[in-house]
Amino acid sequence: MSTINETIEGEEGATRRDFLHVAATGLGGVGAAVAVWPFVHQMNPAADTLALATVEVDLSAIGAGEAVVIKWRGKPVFVRHRTSAEIEEARSVKMADLVDKQTDEERVQEGHDQWLVVMGVCTHLGCVPLGTKSGDERGDFGGWFCPCHGSHYDTAGRIRKGPAPKNLEVPAYTFLTDTTLQIG
Amino acid sequence: MAEWIDAKPKNKAAAWLEERLPVIGLVNNVVGVDTPTPRNLNYWWNFGSLAGLMLMVQIISGVVLAMHYTPNTLMAFDSVERIMRDVNYGWLIRYMHANGASFFFIAVYTHILRGLYYGSYKAPREVLWMLGLVIFLLMMATAFMGYVLPWGQMSFWGATVITNLFSAIPVVGDSIVTLLWGGFSVDNPTLNRFFSLHYLLPFVITGVVILHIWAKKVSDSGNPLGIDVKSSADQIPFHPFYTVKDAFGAAVFFAIFAAFIFYMPNALGHPDNYIPADPMVTPDSIVPEWYFLPFYAILRSITFDIGIPFTDVVIIPAKLLGVLAMFGSILLLFFLPWLDRSKVRSGKFRPMFRWFFWFLVIDMVVLTIVGGKKPEGIWPVIGLVGTAYYFAHFLVVLPLLSKFEKTLPLPESIANPVVKAAE
Amino acid sequence: MTMKLAKNIAIALTAVAGLAGAAMGAGAAKHPMQMEWSFEGPTGTYDRAAAQRGWQVYKNVCSACHSLKYFHFRNLADLGYEEEMIKAWAAEYTVVDGVDDAGDPKERKGLPQDVFPSPFPNPEAAAASNGGAVPPDLSLITKARHDGANYVYSLMMGYEDAPADHEVPAGKNYNPYFKGGNISMAPPLAEGIIEYEDGTAGTPEQMAKDVVTFLMFVAEPKLEARHHMGLNVILYLLVLVVVLYFSMKKIWKPVKEGKNFYKK
Repeated sequence: MSTINETIEGEEGATRRDFLHVAATGLGGVGAAVAVWPFVHQMNPAADTLALATVEVDLSAIGAGEAVVIKWRGKPVFVRHRTSAEIEEARSVKMADLVDKQTDEERVQEGHDQWLVVMGVCTHLGCVPLGTKSGDERGDFGGWFCPCHGSHYDTAGRIRKGPAPKNLEVPAYTFLTDTTLQIG
Repeated sequence: MAEWIDAKPKNKAAAWLEERLPVIGLVNNVVGVDTPTPRNLNYWWNFGSLAGLMLMVQIISGVVLAMHYTPNTLMAFDSVERIMRDVNYGWLIRYMHANGASFFFIAVYTHILRGLYYGSYKAPREVLWMLGLVIFLLMMATAFMGYVLPWGQMSFWGATVITNLFSAIPVVGDSIVTLLWGGFSVDNPTLNRFFSLHYLLPFVITGVVILHIWAKKVSDSGNPLGIDVKSSADQIPFHPFYTVKDAFGAAVFFAIFAAFIFYMPNALGHPDNYIPADPMVTPDSIVPEWYFLPFYAILRSITFDIGIPFTDVVIIPAKLLGVLAMFGSILLLFFLPWLDRSKVRSGKFRPMFRWFFWFLVIDMVVLTIVGGKKPEGIWPVIGLVGTAYYFAHFLVVLPLLSKFEKTLPLPESIANPVVKAAE
Repeated sequence: MTMKLAKNIAIALTAVAGLAGAAMGAGAAKHPMQMEWSFEGPTGTYDRAAAQRGWQVYKNVCSACHSLKYFHFRNLADLGYEEEMIKAWAAEYTVVDGVDDAGDPKERKGLPQDVFPSPFPNPEAAAASNGGAVPPDLSLITKARHDGANYVYSLMMGYEDAPADHEVPAGKNYNPYFKGGNISMAPPLAEGIIEYEDGTAGTPEQMAKDVVTFLMFVAEPKLEARHHMGLNVILYLLVLVVVLYFSMKKIWKPVKEGKNFYKK
């Protein structure tokens, strides 16, 4: 209980929300709110991180039947130059046989069907599947094999057998030229 | 002695909270409607809240910087440059933090000078004063360690000079220095622990600030007349009068702060700190930041040993004397309430005291200038005179003034003759 | 001496303290020539054309000995260069990135995200190639020297014959703007060493001015953003100061008139 015997009010006697005081408080509040943004935005990716948001891959060094691993945004990406046999194998699979139903055409880009670009991260619990380097185990479907819990991926990177629920993720990519791939 | 007024908020939810944790009442009684405050406080009384604001600015900007800084000698300098160039608004937050340290000291030095002039250290505010000195010492430790973190030339060499001082302590000096360094010179272990402590101490400061505000609540605000509150006619509620005045003062202070951050962000710093630390190359002149300069001057001013005359026997070497003088200059202030025993608090009614107060201010400015100069030419002499005056001011002048000064008559009350008699 | 005088002395000395910081000690270098820079002052900006020419000077002259370790090729975008141009420049350089299967360092062509490669693998190699002195990195040079922009310009233009009483050690060059007068760097800029792409005459003065503008941009890339934000922030605060002032005066009116707020 306040001991003030009169409330702080205008001469009229009634408590008046004085425009000046509201304006001052409002202006101060707006300033404080605007000032918060830099402190939040500084946590967003910095310029050097964003500079690595895309990566370019020279495809001319990858022969048919070969594949490479590219590091992109801190994770592995498999880039495989498929042979026509591998492409046909992928296209002849019936939808009913697939766990995660996607056609081969959906997972590559028209005119560049021989290039399969998928995240090298098993969709089960995140291990890096084998099958990129020559001599690697490729599993029962000629694609990739994850040694952690035995997931098998086919030549379109789709899950065929094992605990993984989804096909290997296809990241955003563009062909800058026929021999230059930009991931991200 | 301040009385506590229980708040009973009209809002139901607020009343529910208040019953369980009386935070609303707490705020009300410290900076609120229920905080009777002298009606005559002038703008020198704004600097306490300004110091509190700067503490918050430093903590917020510092915690954010710590998200991007790496306290390893191989990466520290680079991480700061990354903050300046790549982190979103990193340049803004870094300049805010670096200049914020200077503005924190500007606010605190002004706040201390207010205390010295108006006798804020006198009974019953002795503990309030001493808590303030503890905050000041913690601030100096924090600022010193913070300046080392960018790992520039001044960071490294400043750290080397100041940590080396502890070797002046007899018998255990060298062991203490080795303990501080975590090695045989200022190096990675030193940097890492300075980062840890630099992050920690501001929260210790916050704790002491809370005690400081508590002590202030107990003894109530002083005022420019230095006389006690005689009746409630002398007082007005803190809110809205001093909340709006503090807000106005803060806006002015931040406008000047902004002028530095945005238009002269490196004016208060030293160019050598943009050169990565090199233990093999000593900079031309090792100087601390401006707020340490008077103490640096006191440290360097003692160039003579104390020994047995006419023999080579040294009892206290110059280096140790300098260290004792430097720390002594601040520890001395803890005894101020007993050195200055004048019953009159405010310099407004102490004409002789006023003169010496301004001499002290001039002395501190002179010592600041001396601290930034190389110790050659006339500067060491000026430094010694300045140091001598500083100690004489507190140890000789103030006690003598307490005894012999003729003070002016004090006014009857704060309100008189301003307030019309209450109906 | 009056009280007022004593107070004024105190204030004046505080001002002097600020200026005194800039004063020189004995045996100091010559005070740098004071030039006009586009980036000076509260409204300063980077003259893009000058900075681009400065990049040409750095790339073709200075980079032979001086590294620019905090400068990434992608930073050239802020100077107005297109991405293709930046990629092309980056690709002119080789960068070490990772190891091959044999464990040997792998090299690749530079990319925009890379830092400008240092001419030397380490400071020791740099010193060995430069008469024992390490050519300093230039990323921060204009901030690492007092009055940096004018200092660097003066240094570039300041080479002259040593006065009769000054002995220059072997391998050094006389430059009065350098502390002590003896600098290891030979005069780097001469008439005609560069032909500017935009057709500007490549005089030493022009090259010095341009490279300083470029180096200032490298040291302080956020200068323009800082000035711009500063204007908005300070204008906002000044408005806030005015509004708060009048709000404060209004609130305090009854107090100033002696009104009593508490029961006796």
